[in-house]
Amino acid sequence: MHIADKTPRNLCIALCVLLAFGTIMPNWFAFLATVSMAKGMVVIGLIVLMRTGLVSFGQGLYYCLGGYTVGIAGKYLGITDAVGILFVSAFVAGCVGALLGLLLCRYREIFFAMLTMALSMILFGMLVKSDMLGSTDGFNVAHPTLLGWNPGPEGLSIMIYSLACLIAFLIVFFVHRYFQSGMGFAGESIRENEIRVEYLGISPRRVIFYKYVLAAILAAIGGSLTALVAGHVDPEMAYWTTSGEFVFVALLGGTGHVVAAFIGAFLYELIRTLAFDLTPYTWQMILGITLLMVILFLPKGLWSLLTAYKTGRG
Amino acid sequence: METILVILIDGVVYSSWLFIVATGLTLVYGVMKILNMAHGSLYAIGAYSAASMVGWYFSAGYVPWGSYLVFLGAAVGAGALAGLLIERGVLRIMYGRDEVIMILVTYGVLLILEDVIKLIWGVDAYFAYQPYSLVGRTKLLGITFANYDFLLIAAAVSIGLMLWAGLNRTRQGKLLRAVIHDREISMAMGINVKRTFLVTFILGSSLGALAGGLTAPALSVVPGIGVEVAILAFAVVVIGGLGSVGGAAVGALMVGICRALAVHTFPQAELFVIYGVMALVLMIRPQGLFVSTTARKI
Repeated sequence: MHIADKTPRNLCIALCVLLAFGTIMPNWFAFLATVSMAKGMVVIGLIVLMRTGLVSFGQGLYYCLGGYTVGIAGKYLGITDAVGILFVSAFVAGCVGALLGLLLCRYREIFFAMLTMALSMILFGMLVKSDMLGSTDGFNVAHPTLLGWNPGPEGLSIMIYSLACLIAFLIVFFVHRYFQSGMGFAGESIRENEIRVEYLGISPRRVIFYKYVLAAILAAIGGSLTALVAGHVDPEMAYWTTSGEFVFVALLGGTGHVVAAFIGAFLYELIRTLAFDLTPYTWQMILGITLLMVILFLPKGLWSLLTAYKTGRG
Repeated sequence: METILVILIDGVVYSSWLFIVATGLTLVYGVMKILNMAHGSLYAIGAYSAASMVGWYFSAGYVPWGSYLVFLGAAVGAGALAGLLIERGVLRIMYGRDEVIMILVTYGVLLILEDVIKLIWGVDAYFAYQPYSLVGRTKLLGITFANYDFLLIAAAVSIGLMLWAGLNRTRQGKLLRAVIHDREISMAMGINVKRTFLVTFILGSSLGALAGGLTAPALSVVPGIGVEVAILAFAVVVIGGLGSVGGAAVGALMVGICRALAVHTFPQAELFVIYGVMALVLMIRPQGLFVSTTARKI
């Protein structure tokens, strides 16, 4: 039986709704939504890897790289165009990812997690000691423009928000297609049994390499958007707790669907913002308890609720 | 010559401290296959307990030398209690899950503990310098070293020896090694694996807390120290090979000496060096230095 994939249709609807909603949105909410979309992109990269059975505890590396590329491009190279900047940081992250991917595609499980973490901590260590880039304080990102249009301080958040919506739409669309492709399914088979995949004539290392590079680019785009909307970058973006946060969000949303990453990221930001406002001293505790609860009761993430509802109805 | 001596002694002191932190982590991993991210928080708990104990002890005006017993006892006690609560309250219901998921479980515990520490001890810095200055200083080839640092080395060596003897020369150690080797077979042979887990986790937590207690007099105890320590301990443990106590010792020495070398010759590279060494070792030996590679199963 052929089940029609409604995702593209639903995505188009979601994009229109989000863009329309953006015009009436208060600034603080636009900020929250943009940040969660940016983080959602990083998490999609993580989901791509997790479907292959690999958990990276070092996506902060590319998140930070993307952010710093934006900062450096604006400060030293004079590139302030938001779209151009995104391409530059995606390219930089792609190159770094391709280089490190050659090494990392040999590793699995806990060693993959630990090595990715070490690599992101190397970047953190370098940034903390580099006075030119503001050391531990980081530096401010230049005011971005969009294709020659300068929106000014008021229009900035809405501009970045719309840009983020569009990019998120494109990413979800293509990664969703990717999951339905041969490469996407190869990833899942590698998670189930790598040696049998080899028997079938597919090189798991090559599959993992491409997935790693893809995840790197996605994380860099997320980092760039965060830098653009926050107007500031600091080495904390590469710290291991940032990477841990992404894994947390991936688990919260679940790896069942690409959109789950955005739902997870938005909920995470919402919980964090609310918890921070209501109980400034115990917000981490609330997050920790949430994480444990999700692992205990929803091991496949929030998305599993939806699939359970669908199968229950069908 | 003097620089070499300073580098060597600094390096060994730092390594001893790293070893004490990392050995608890590697022990827990070896037995339970859990890479405990909350290990740094246990370290912080030990440091805070020790620091507040030292403050209380010296303001009460007892014999100064007794303070060592009190603050180290407090650190170990707090670590053991926290370990017991974590194992019973959280880990026990999570056993059997994937290794990577278990990392996330301990990440959740880490988030919770960070706030628990803030709730108990507040956000102010604690100072417990008295035990540090009590033992005085030594002059060696014209350079002054704090004697407390030498005590740290002695502590690391004795902890290492005790662990080695405990694992290799006692009945309990043999049972533990059986569990490390094959959990299911040891269960079938009548070893109480769940109790072994509990004991191991308490032991590992106490070691982490003891490391915190030992370093509390040498620095100011502030929020967030645990998070930094955890990642250092990971590096050490991964270099040596997860689950290997001997590996932790070698890893600690490598990281310690390299860091001291960097600090005294090229300080910009301090953090870089630690993870650089880790990445380099993993590139050459993916499983760490002291763990043999396992065969792949279909």
